[in-house]
Order: sequence, then C-alpha cells, then structure tokens
Amino acid sequence: MSTVSRRGVLGATLTGLALAPQRGQADETTPASPSGTQAPSSPARSAEALDIVLQVNGSAVPLTVEPRTTLLDALREQAQLTGTKKGCDHGSCGACTVHLDGRRVVSCLTLAVRAQGKAITTIEGLAVNGTLHPVQAAFAEQDGFQCGYCTPGQIMSAVALIDEGHTGSDAEIREWMSGNICRCGAYPNIVAAIRGSVQEG
Amino acid sequence: MGSIGKPIDRVDGHLKVTGHATYAAEFTVPDLVHAVLVQSTIAAGRITGFDLAEAKSMPGVLLIITPDNALRLTQAKGVQQAVKAPLLQDRDILFNGQHVAVVVADTLDRALAAAARVRVRYQRDEAVTDMDAMLDQAYVPKSFRNGARPADSRRGDPEAAHDAAFAKLDVTYITPIEHHNPMEPHATIARWQGDKLTVWTSTQGISGAQTTLAGHFGLDPSQVRVICPFVGGGFGCKGNTWPPVTLAAMAAKMTGRPVKLVLTRAQMFTSNGYRPRTVQKLRASAETDGSLQSLRHDGFSLMSQPNLGEFCEPVALSTEFLYACPNVAVSHRLVATNMPLPTYMRAPGEASGMFALESAIDELAAQVRMDPLAFRMRNYAENDAHEGKPYASKALMACYTQGAQAFGWKARGAAPRSMREGNVLIGWGMATATYPTNRQKATVRVRIAADGSVLVQSGTQDLGTGTYTVMSQVAADTLGIPVSRVRFELGDSALPHAPVSGGSSTVPSVAPAVAAACEAAAGKLRDLARSDPHLGWGDLDASALQVREGAVIGPDRRIAIAALLARRGQSFVDATSESGPGDEKKRFSLHAFGSHFVEVRVDADLGEIRVARYVGAFDVGQPLNAKTLRSQLIGGITYGIGMALLEETHVDGETGRIVNANIAEYVVPVHADIPAIETIVVENAESRSNPLGVKGAGELPMVGVAAAIANAVYHATGMRVRKLPIRIEDVLGSA
Amino acid sequence: MQAFTLTTPDGLESATAAAAQGGRYIGGGTDLLQLAKNDVETPDRLIDLEPLPLTEITATDDALRLGAMARMSDVAAHPAVVARWPVISQSLLASASPQVRNMGTIGGNLLQRTRCGYFRDTGFACNKRAPGSGCPAIQGENRMLAILGTSDHCIASHPSDLAVALIILDASVELRATDGTTRTLPLSDLHRLPGDTPHVETTLAPGELITAVSVPASRAAMRSHYLKVRDRASFEFALVSAAVAVDAGAGTVHDIRVAAGGVGAKPWRLPEVEEALRGRPLTPKALADAAALAGQGAKPASQNGFKQVLLRRAVLRALQTATA
Repeated sequence: MSTVSRRGVLGATLTGLALAPQRGQADETTPASPSGTQAPSSPARSAEALDIVLQVNGSAVPLTVEPRTTLLDALREQAQLTGTKKGCDHGSCGACTVHLDGRRVVSCLTLAVRAQGKAITTIEGLAVNGTLHPVQAAFAEQDGFQCGYCTPGQIMSAVALIDEGHTGSDAEIREWMSGNICRCGAYPNIVAAIRGSVQEG
Repeated sequence: MGSIGKPIDRVDGHLKVTGHATYAAEFTVPDLVHAVLVQSTIAAGRITGFDLAEAKSMPGVLLIITPDNALRLTQAKGVQQAVKAPLLQDRDILFNGQHVAVVVADTLDRALAAAARVRVRYQRDEAVTDMDAMLDQAYVPKSFRNGARPADSRRGDPEAAHDAAFAKLDVTYITPIEHHNPMEPHATIARWQGDKLTVWTSTQGISGAQTTLAGHFGLDPSQVRVICPFVGGGFGCKGNTWPPVTLAAMAAKMTGRPVKLVLTRAQMFTSNGYRPRTVQKLRASAETDGSLQSLRHDGFSLMSQPNLGEFCEPVALSTEFLYACPNVAVSHRLVATNMPLPTYMRAPGEASGMFALESAIDELAAQVRMDPLAFRMRNYAENDAHEGKPYASKALMACYTQGAQAFGWKARGAAPRSMREGNVLIGWGMATATYPTNRQKATVRVRIAADGSVLVQSGTQDLGTGTYTVMSQVAADTLGIPVSRVRFELGDSALPHAPVSGGSSTVPSVAPAVAAACEAAAGKLRDLARSDPHLGWGDLDASALQVREGAVIGPDRRIAIAALLARRGQSFVDATSESGPGDEKKRFSLHAFGSHFVEVRVDADLGEIRVARYVGAFDVGQPLNAKTLRSQLIGGITYGIGMALLEETHVDGETGRIVNANIAEYVVPVHADIPAIETIVVENAESRSNPLGVKGAGELPMVGVAAAIANAVYHATGMRVRKLPIRIEDVLGSA
Repeated sequence: MQAFTLTTPDGLESATAAAAQGGRYIGGGTDLLQLAKNDVETPDRLIDLEPLPLTEITATDDALRLGAMARMSDVAAHPAVVARWPVISQSLLASASPQVRNMGTIGGNLLQRTRCGYFRDTGFACNKRAPGSGCPAIQGENRMLAILGTSDHCIASHPSDLAVALIILDASVELRATDGTTRTLPLSDLHRLPGDTPHVETTLAPGELITAVSVPASRAAMRSHYLKVRDRASFEFALVSAAVAVDAGAGTVHDIRVAAGGVGAKPWRLPEVEEALRGRPLTPKALADAAALAGQGAKPASQNGFKQVLLRRAVLRALQTATA
C-alpha cells in the first residue's frame, strides 16, 4: 500500500487530536437538543463546499462536495449511482472499483475533487443501450456471484484485467483478481466468466 | 420438461451485473440525514459522562443521542430475545465496541467527523477476556437451542468403553472467534410517517425486524413495514434485528427526518455477532477392527455477559448421530466474558464442531492403521441412534464413493509425508459433511393473471442463495409454464409471512408453500372451468383437468386462461397457502450429507499452505437449480477454506478490544486462494423430508471443510494441528 | 475524516511553499486516507502532488530513476525495470492489489505507515500515534509485528515491500526542502528506528518532499529476487519477505545484497548474511550457512518467535532462487 509523501518529522502534529478547522459554523450548525427534533434543512453549504463537475459514464455530473468527500461517497450519496459498492471503505475489498481514465482504482480512496477532468466509468456505464457488456453477460451466465454486492467491483476489475492482458492462465486471472473479495465464494465461477469472455472476444 | 434441477440463469442476474439491484442503503428517500454510531473503548464499567460540546458545534450536526437523551424503548412481545442491548438505555458498558452514542448530521462526511469527536468518560472495571482461563466457571446454557432440547445427552457408557478400547484419543480442539464479514455492511434507512415506521434494512428476517421494531416502539406490527429486496450477504449476522436497526429508527423519530445508518467495516466486528471461540474436548476410542467404541464431546463456547442475551455454539450435535457408536456423551457449556453477544455464523455448531469430530475420526483411523474413508464407511450409521429413528433419506455412502472416485482417492499414499514434489509436501484429506434439514411455516400468495403471467409473493429473503430464481422455477413447473412467465416478489413485510432465512430453511420452508399456493390457484381455475357451462366439463373429476401452458386442458380440448377468466368477468385468480412442517420430524431424522476431498500443498520450508484441488459430493435431496446450487456449494467450501487457513479475530487480552477489525487484517480468502472446485450432487429423490424432498444447501458445504484440510495438512506434514486457523508457524517444524 | 482543504500547486516551488505553511502532501492517498478515516491522521491542509511532473521513469545504462509520483503498477510493468531490476518489479507486484497499485506512488510507498492494529485504532494506546501512551502490542497481539530493531516503546513492523527491494540496490531518495534546496539521501538513512521516539519515523525535515528515487544499475540487480511469505496467497502484508541480489560470476560471489521485510522496525538489511557469502564460492552449503545467520539480534515478542526461523528459510529460498 502506498501513502503520501509527508512533511518529515512526524511529531506532535500526528499525535494529538489536531482539530479540524471549523469554518462557516454560523450558518450551518444546528445545535442538538435533548428533545432532538430539528427543523428540517437541506445540507447547508459551508466554506469547504466545492462545486465540481465529474465526467461519469460520458455525462457531466455536477456535484457539491467537500475536499474530503471520496469519489465513492460522491457517486453513491449524491449522484445516485449506487452500483458502485462500499464494502470496507479502506481499499481492502475492491467492491468500489471503478475506472479512472481506463485504469481500475478503488473509489473509496479516491477524493472526488481529484477525479475532476478524468473519465470515470462505473458499472452503470458498461452496458450500451441496454446491451450487456460481454463480461457482464458472462458473469450472469456463469453465475459469477451470489449476493451480488461485490459484483460491480468484480466486473469492473475483470474488464480492466482483460484490457491489461492478464488472462494468460487461470492462475494469472486469480492473482490479478485478488483485489476483489467475494465473501459468497463465487471465485471459480468468476474465473470461468472471465476466461469465457476472453475466449469469445 | 420442467425447470426443476436445471441450470437456469438467476432471474435477478441482470440487475446484479448492471449495478441496478438495490440494497438497503441505496433507496432514495427525500430529506435523508446520516447517522453514525459511536462505540466504547473500554470493555467493562460505566459511562460517567460525555463531552459533546465540540461534536455538537461541528458543521451539519443535527443531533447526538446518548443514554441521557435516548428514547426509552419497551421490550414488548415480539422483540427478539437474543438481542436486547445495547440500545443506549443505560450507562453500563459490557464490552469494548458497545454503542454509546449516535451522531446525526446532514451529510455522511459530517456525521463521521463529528462521531470521532464525541468524548466519553468512563469508570473502568476489570474486563474478563480470556475464556480459556475461565473454563472452570463455565455454566449450562439457560435456553440451549431455544429450549428445544437439553444441552447434554448420553447413551451407553462412554467412560467404560473408552477404558476398554484398543485405540484412544483424548485431545482438545480450539476454534477462534470468526466474523461473518458479508461484503455489504449492515445498513438501515428509517422513516417515520406519523406513527407508521418504514425501514429499509439489510436483514435475513424481515418479519423478525418488524416485530422487534414494533415491540421497541410500542407499535402494532402492522404499523411497521420492513423492506429488503436484496441482501449483500448475511451468513448469520443479519438474522437478528441488531441494535443499529432500532437506533436508526430512534434517530429518525428524534430528528423528524429519515435517517440512514450504515455500519463501518470496523463496527461490523462489534455490532452484529460473531462465531464464538470454542474449546472442545474430544475423548474417542475404537477397536482394532476400526469399530468406534465411544465418543465424548464436551464443548465450551465463549459468551458475552448473560444479560445481553444468550447464544451457544452447539458444537456436539453431529457427534450424537453421525456414526454408529454405542457409547456417546456430549455437553455444551458457556463461558461469560466481556465480549459482544455471539450469534449464528454459517453452520453454527456444525462448522466448528465437525472440525473437532472429523479430525478426531481421522486421528483414530490413523491409530488403527485404516484409510480414513474406509474407517468412516466401517462406522456408517444406517439409523440415527441418538433420536432412535430412521433417516428420512441418507445418500452419504454415495457422497463418499462418488467423491472418492472423482478425486482419485485410492491413489493416496497411506503414510504421512509420503507424497512430495521437491520442496512441496502434498497431503490428501477428507471429511464428512452433515447439516439438519429445517423447515418452518411459510405463507405464499399466487395470482394468475388473464394473460397467463403469474405473480408469486412471500415475505422471504434472497441472501444471494437464489430464492428469487428457485421459487420462480417451482411456480413455473407447478403451473406448467416457462420461468419467464413468473415473477416472484419477496423482501417486504407487507407480503405474506415467511420465516427468517437461517438454518438453510428457506427452500424447505417456502418452496412447498409456493407449490401449494400454485396448486390452490390452479384448483380455482379448474373449478372455474368445470362450472363453465360452455365447456361441458361439469361432470369431470378435477383431476381430469390440467393447468399448464396458460390454459386449462381437458380430455377433449383446452381453454386459454384469458378466455376462461374473461367469460367469468375476472381479471385474475389468486390463492394464498400456508405450508409448514408435518409429522416428518417425529418419524424421521432429517439431515443433508456430504463428503469433502482436498489436496493441500505445503511448502516444507516456508510453511505456506495452499489448497490445490477440491472435490465435494453432496446429498441435498432434490436439487432445484443446478447453477445456483453449485454456487452455494463452492461458496460454502470457500468459506470453509477461510475458516481452515485464514480467519481469526484477534482480541487484545488487556482491553477486550478487537485488534484486526478490518478486512485487510481479518484475512478472508481471495481469488488466488481458491482452486478449481469440483462439485457432485448425488441423486436422492425422496419426499419424506418435505413435500419437495429439498434439504437446503447454504450451510452443509462448509461443514467438514476445516477438518478435511486439517487432515490433509496432517497427511502432508505428519503434524496434527488441533486449532484453527492452521498457520505457517504450526507446520514450520515439518521441514 | 476530519475536514481539510486541498491545495493544488502549479509546480514544485509552490508545493513546498505550501508545506512550509503547514500543509501535508498527498500522493496516491491510499494510506493517508485510510488513516484519516480512522482519525489517526487529521491533516488540516493537503497539497496535491498529482499535478507535479514527478511521474517519469527513466532507465539509463547507469541507473534507474523513478519519479516519486510514478505509480506502482507503471514501475512494476516497465520493461527496463523487469529486465534489469527485477526485484523492484517483483516486490511491487507482491504489494497490495492491482487497483491500489494503479493509485499508489513510489514516494508514498516508502512512507506508508505500519499496519500494527494498535496504531491504526485510536481506541488503543500507542506510542507511535500518541507518544507516552504505551505499547499494548508488546504484551498483546503481535504475530505480525517486528522482531528486529524494536524497542521497549514500539514493535511495529515496516509494511513496505518496495523499500526492502530498494535498500539492497543501494537506492537513494532525492529530496526537496521547503526553501527549495535539494539533497540526496541513501534510502537506508531515510527510516529511523523507534527507540524512545517511535512517532519519529523518518529523517526528513518538516515539509521536505521526496521527488524521486534513484537506483544504480549493477550486475547483482539483474539477478535479484523478491520472495514474500504470507498466510493468504495474495493481497496481504508480508509475514516475512526476503530480497536478494547476487553477482556470482565463475562460481564465486562477487556481490551479494540481502534484506528482509515483515521482520524489521524498518526495511532490514542483513549484512551478516552478505558477509558470510561475499568472496566465497557459491555452493548450496555456503548459501545455507549464510542464511542461517539471518536475524542477528532478533528480539521476538510473545507471538512472533517463529519469524526467526521463517526469516532464515525465506532468505535461503530467495538466495537459491536468485542463483538457480
């Protein structure tokens, strides 16, 4: 796993609970009351709010996010593109896999603001005019899933893997699909689906 | 003819491969706000206070619920007894990671950030975390198997038989805490409209969620609607209505806004149960001819503090009946700790208990120098000696022979370490699988429309097991139409009642009800036809008329359903049927069976253990769909491989806090761990287990996997590992 | 995650200038965002390194130069890296998952933080995260943790595979300070041992930025190998790993470099093994005798004593593979 370059001595700044700056509190914070009921309000704009436009599946999608908002949360909570799944939110399961400029990445560790200007492809963008992508069709035929929750990530990874050319053997497919966990254990069927779509393609 | 048993594509497959299957957290509800749980960092003691000023002042925060301001809940009838707490009703802390507050904010980012700034002050008491040191304080479960049977059983005289026997074993097996970790985290959206509550929640039991929520909020169940069309995996951890569901509803009530509450992956380790650690003492003996003389299986199972509920991992139930053995005694005990309440996890009891039993059988076979498969066949039970009944059906011998044949078992070198390729030690192991066939009452409504299409409805669940698909097949075949003409609806408490999806009972419970309701609706069509003067079938017996292909067919001609209904001025016929267990449980011992054959490869120097080849053969009664069944079988085997070699929750002994509450360090199998798997479904057409002869397949295939692998590791290395998971360090001494 | 701002610099100068004012760099973000989600890292201001021209991979006759923002997957697949510095490619391909390798950067990989579960959960005490709070790992769950270079204050293991490969190749890191000055630091001097300040992990000055990693070419590098031992067959951090590079023309070991991962508080070079082989005939016995020396001074904790044995065997296997 990789991280950022960081200013050198990891001293006190990392150790305590350095507080986030509280910007724009006045117009947005509603103090909680013991009785609990608050007047309904839509998410207030804060100083952190940024208006961005993401290119998702060939369409421009305008969003208001914070710098900390992940691409995954932007897709799921704002763009109503819930095909991309949150499994672990830490890059360990692959359920949130999408393509950025054709490369597979985990959207849970991608900041939405950093995805601006890139072509984002999600599971919703694979089928063309209602015709399944061959890999989607192969997953359906080979039963490459049970619960279906990891499936969009598996398929996005599989499409990328085929483009990358890592289909020389079942062992190679398995190694290069190992970033996508399937807890239902559909792995052999997923490998069969990938092998099948390569042979047909 | 007919679709039953055929490898039909999943009817919801298209939705799943396009990302359009909608899971609990994905429903669009206007004005939604986000709730995030705050959990304790101590395991025992009491909350002395909260510092909320900072969190309350953070952007977007709407409400912070603590025990000081939480709504008081009732524990009325219907609330699941297993899960009573923690619901912020008091300040006591009983385990590390217990819910202590809920933060609600306008966006998810803000709710998460504020939750991290809730400060809790505690008075800390000493926590009990080491189960193994507390075995002398173990206690008898108060309600073992929900009171359905005693925790102990005994027949013959195991002690005397053990003393007299030629080959003896007296060992302890240990299984660790394991977490289900479905890929979909537990999620709930709760919305109040007046005194009506709607929740979209990821659950294996919408009806239990409905009654529990009604009980907590003092409502009639009819005021609560629970919706769950897709479950992103459950494996047992979504069987109960755990506190986050109720807390989401509480937060929605207190804010007056619809609330979404999704657990983080870390919170999945303390919020919805786990498979408890077990310590299992096995005493077993056999004679020189390989005949089992005695089995004694004493299981200790880790528990939470008893006031959270009760769960006992029933490890020794298979030991009672699986083999022909005259002297058997089993017991189950609990050890209370400051851990969360454990729960069912895929094949609870069988998966952990059969690791011990099937390892012990392997050990005994080695002692009497018999092939482990031959040893099992030597002790094959034709009847269930524990219940004193015949099996409804048992095709285990076919599982043994067909599995062994496909695997090539007879080429196995008898001695450990006898199969080696360079640095790689090759081991072949096998084990038996068994799981009870469970059935509960289920209700199904069927509506046959004038165009011949059929709508089938039941408030059941599809955990990925294929409920949508196989129920559509049962309806289609019963009505003699293509599967494409059937739509099956589930996952809504407004639909007719069906039981929780647990214990592999969905197919045995719901499928017979589907068939019965379809028969009832078809009967109404036949009655319509017989009473139709134009058809002249008035004198015919109903059995002379068939409903199929969208028509009612008599001896001389057919009439389309559309035409029949049109003449009577009806647009549809419908019928509702309830189906439940008959007296089969009184007459028979009801079980599914199977066999596992596995090749492991162990690096003699580095100790890495990899599964290289796998054959599983299973008796699941009548298979409904070869494709979805195979997925269940390979899925169960994969889960078992994880149990055998990878999975273990690490608890810090000092604080009772889980150290690897994530799925990078709670290691589950990835693609690279799983080889090609051959599955065999042995033929077993019967109708004694239930009208369709279906036994369920969700849990069976994982039972015995860990033992088969442990036995293979022994065969490869000569090292007998009696604890899970089997790790590199356990076999390093084999170089 | 706590709120932060994200600064997009238009060049190195503005990047380091922003750091001088307290900003933190974000490269691939794959570790930083995990830590931020766990509230372990709470940066106020991030400086986006993505726009900077730091992604180049250059191979000459003499050296390999990897821009700090070069992606792990691009470096792993680079033909010159595969051919002439195979241990780098192998260590990268044994790291993380394909998706994470498409995001993770070379500079960030070297600075990733330990996977110790006590460090990554603010519900625990941890001297690395909260100095002086204690190290529960020493008496706790420490199977995965270090046996070399630890202290009474911290036994965390360094998680990078790449760093283990690079230190045997005598790699160095190119640095740029906030005042614009640059320097080159041997990679072996980048990471610090925990001692009584486990929160101080590197020798970088505040705001100092890794701009590139350079690796000399050598005969040994061309015959190098990375071996990673882990419970799971893929996508897991190392229990033990070994990197070796050997030049053994005419049956004599001219040049030998050996290091290990998963065992050290930092990427751990094994001079004791190298010295036992350098200048000696390359024989199976010589390899075995040398590997048996690996891990001098190891101090296992309660659950990881087996790593001493595993380390020696992993080193031997890696030596055997590289010289086969």
